[in-house]
Amino acid sequence: MAGNIWVLAEQWRGQLSDITYEVLALGKEVAAALQSNLQAVLLGHDVRSLAQSLGAANPVLYVDHEALANPVPEIFAQALAYAIRAKSPEVVLIPLTNVSWEVGSLVAAKLEVGYINSAKDVRLVDGKLQVRSLLYGGKMETIVAPAQSPAIVGILPGVRPADLGRAEASPLVEELTVDLPATSAVHLKRYLEPEAGDIDIGKQDVLVSVGRGIQNRDNVAVAEELAEALGGAVCGSRPVIDQGWLPLSRQVGKSGAVVKPKLYVAAGISGAPEHVEGMKNSELIIAVNSDPQAPIFNVAHYGITADVMNVLPALADAVHRRKKEVTAHAA
Amino acid sequence: MKIIVLLKMVPDVVEELEVGADGKALDTEFLRMIANELDNHAVEEALLLKERYSGTVTVVALDAPEVDDALFTALAKGADRALKVADGDGTLGTMAGAYRLVQALATVPGLLPADLILTGAQAIDDLDGMTAPLLAHYLQLPQLGIVTQVNVDAASGIATVLREFPGGVRGEYEIKLPAVLGIQAAEKPPRYVPVSKVRAAMKSQAIESVSLPTAADGGAGFSPVEEMIKPEVSEHAQMLEGSPEEIADQICEVLAGHGLL
Amino acid sequence: MATANHGVFSPPPPCDIGLENLTQFPEGRRVWTCIQCGTCASTCPYGELMQYPPRRIIGMLRAGELEKVFTSDSLLNCVACYACTAKCPRGIDLTGVLLPLVKEQVLQHLPQMPAELQKALENKLRYGNPMGESPRRRAAWVKTAGVPIRILSEDSRPADALWFVECYFSYYPRGQQCARATAKIFNALRLDFAILGNEEKCAGECGRLSWERGLYSTLMEYNMLVLNKYRFNRIITSCPHAYDAFRYRYTALGFDYVITHTTPFLAQRLNDLKPLLKRQADCRVTYHDSCCLGRHSSIYEEPRQLLQAIPGVKLVEMTHNRVNTICCGGGGGGMWLDTYYKAKGNERLSERRVKEAVATGADVLAVACPYEISRFEDALKVLGYEKKMIVRDIVELLAEAMEV
Repeated sequence: MAGNIWVLAEQWRGQLSDITYEVLALGKEVAAALQSNLQAVLLGHDVRSLAQSLGAANPVLYVDHEALANPVPEIFAQALAYAIRAKSPEVVLIPLTNVSWEVGSLVAAKLEVGYINSAKDVRLVDGKLQVRSLLYGGKMETIVAPAQSPAIVGILPGVRPADLGRAEASPLVEELTVDLPATSAVHLKRYLEPEAGDIDIGKQDVLVSVGRGIQNRDNVAVAEELAEALGGAVCGSRPVIDQGWLPLSRQVGKSGAVVKPKLYVAAGISGAPEHVEGMKNSELIIAVNSDPQAPIFNVAHYGITADVMNVLPALADAVHRRKKEVTAHAA
Repeated sequence: MKIIVLLKMVPDVVEELEVGADGKALDTEFLRMIANELDNHAVEEALLLKERYSGTVTVVALDAPEVDDALFTALAKGADRALKVADGDGTLGTMAGAYRLVQALATVPGLLPADLILTGAQAIDDLDGMTAPLLAHYLQLPQLGIVTQVNVDAASGIATVLREFPGGVRGEYEIKLPAVLGIQAAEKPPRYVPVSKVRAAMKSQAIESVSLPTAADGGAGFSPVEEMIKPEVSEHAQMLEGSPEEIADQICEVLAGHGLL
Repeated sequence: MATANHGVFSPPPPCDIGLENLTQFPEGRRVWTCIQCGTCASTCPYGELMQYPPRRIIGMLRAGELEKVFTSDSLLNCVACYACTAKCPRGIDLTGVLLPLVKEQVLQHLPQMPAELQKALENKLRYGNPMGESPRRRAAWVKTAGVPIRILSEDSRPADALWFVECYFSYYPRGQQCARATAKIFNALRLDFAILGNEEKCAGECGRLSWERGLYSTLMEYNMLVLNKYRFNRIITSCPHAYDAFRYRYTALGFDYVITHTTPFLAQRLNDLKPLLKRQADCRVTYHDSCCLGRHSSIYEEPRQLLQAIPGVKLVEMTHNRVNTICCGGGGGGMWLDTYYKAKGNERLSERRVKEAVATGADVLAVACPYEISRFEDALKVLGYEKKMIVRDIVELLAEAMEV
């Protein structure tokens, strides 16, 4: 029987993030395939109660330390590395979000083993563990076979449905004591909350999202026209916000919001993982991009290879027309 | 203030990427390399810090196609020194690359210790690790990534930085210098530098070469790539064709079918 | 007005002319003969928006205060339309000599360059086109042309004409329609032509006139190397800006090929062309004189001859025509500064021009420059005139009439 499969449970500001359950769902599969156990590692301070929600794991290894009260990647990595040395798991799955971003690289370096980044899947193939990772903004996939034990893997959001990682049962919790320095060279002073935007894009049924492909600020107006016609709002990927074409409150992706609208129109968005993680669960995704190889088409339900600035106005027109017809019928 | 920026050349995705003959790496025939976008932000942030606090900026890169352009551009923008490290056999991953850079930094007189070491928070070819945390580990320095703002208090030797979290939240951290920072976005977009300035830099300035024994490698754990696959785009999306008007009509049908219209 | 510079051949400015050595060159000394009449400022389409129109720039130069101009964004409003140059009673080559030198300094002193312009310049340097498209896709449109098009890198036999297609015709769908039309016309005339295909890069004129001498030189050197690989009798280009570059700037690097633009070239072939123009058009057409072809090179009548050769076309003139044409706003980097202008509340020149076009009552706005198509179509949409008027390149109208 192989060593245990570990999932780093990601807790931030007193809550477990959705990705924790997505990775637990993946961990369940890997554990079953390797005929081994799924365990979770929870690092923090005074967050033991969160362990109760990690029922898919058996047990939950809980490390409590003052130094883990706030997210300092190198402290978390130190704690995790300690736990790994103590317990020798076979595989360690680490969520890739802004909270745990550097932990995988740091842990692997400390343990002098390899790290595999940006994984969208982990499977057992012909008796060997295989990791499938995204590269080049999603334009290529690589299959990597972990070379050492433990295999440290960074898992992208959306790898499995979060629900598959939840469980009713309360798990056993095993406390692990870790020696960590009392003071650190890195310390969190405070959080800066985002300015309240006029609109909460997380609550919209329809989002028209613009990316670099709209080329300039003026073209946002065309997206706004379409959004209005569809009864929704405009949002954007990081480059658009960085340029100041939309406020931060409209950013979707790794550093922005995660949205699940009924309709997500991705206009001029390439579909790099950092953006996709923010919208992949949208019910209906329609993507327009002039690049036929854009990775967004791997997550969209419908795709159009065309100039965004030709399609958006035509679509706004067509929607307006339909609405008029509908009201005419109703009248 | 002494600032070092690490810059990495990555595949330029404007060109169509293909899998090479061995099925494990990119086809290099038409491949072009470009400076990692976030490393350009790191260069910009370094220059802004130099303008704000005065000091020197040294840009360091592993040898790779088109790296000279990137280094001369950094010099033309205002960097003081540019170093190019012999890459060995050109197949280093991120982990081994970071290790090699650290070895190189140690051999250059007067370079270390620096106050700040900046690099991009991520790169599109980061398969076996991320440069910033790895540099920090090998240099035994504190690090923080996904940084969008840096302020330095020289007297106390502390930098106050902003790190991005989900949902638009940012964390304000204090970090003791010297430290490594993974830059997500410079405080201003990377500046434009006129081509004539870059050409002038090519004539009047030099890129210093650093070579290391080829055998030396760290990053023990590079897991071999079994296969590289170009995802079939049609795998998922149903592609719609026609004129913009025809496409618009088709989309309206789809929306109506979903009760959205 | 006696000695106005009505699009006379201006000799190319020497490559090493600069602000510091102006008086060592005749065209530089001419700048100092300015009589401060202000004709340049009043004829400039954005003159009233400039803190430093050409007249004041020369005034500042004389007062030794030119640095103040470098730190102003006034010159961002210059669209390099040659209007001032055409009307200057002293014949000072403002657009070709003085303004680019001052603009170069403005570029270096700008605290923040407008993002779209920066991207366009960076793309031109790296990919040979402002859109940032892969150079390997530049000739992709050829497959859809419907007629055979020879690419010199694949078949390097000499050709009678090298057709320099340029960026907008190669990459933009609307431009590709014009490229296809041009190819069909050339084919119907049995012209022995070939293109550079993926080896072609932007001729770089907009670099010269939009601030970036280094970018321009880089592209110029590259293009000269590529041109020297092949043998042809003439270069025909679809882009007046490329025409401008080849005719007036490339000579500094020894360019001595015969260079022409599609419009005058076809006008010379009118006898062969006319019998092929079968379809009746029945529309009123107004022709917009482009700055580079028109004012700078005095090519006014040839496009009109072509249009009038189309059966059923009735030509009407806008108020400002020929040397008085109003620029579409695309030159001098203006193509990538629309958002910048809008943020400042400037009226877009393309909108100003389109209003004039619509006022003629014409159905069709005919153009001969790739920039104009998208700019005027945009302006028509913004002003709500898309049902009143369409924009067509002359080659499209000809191809339609030829039913090819």
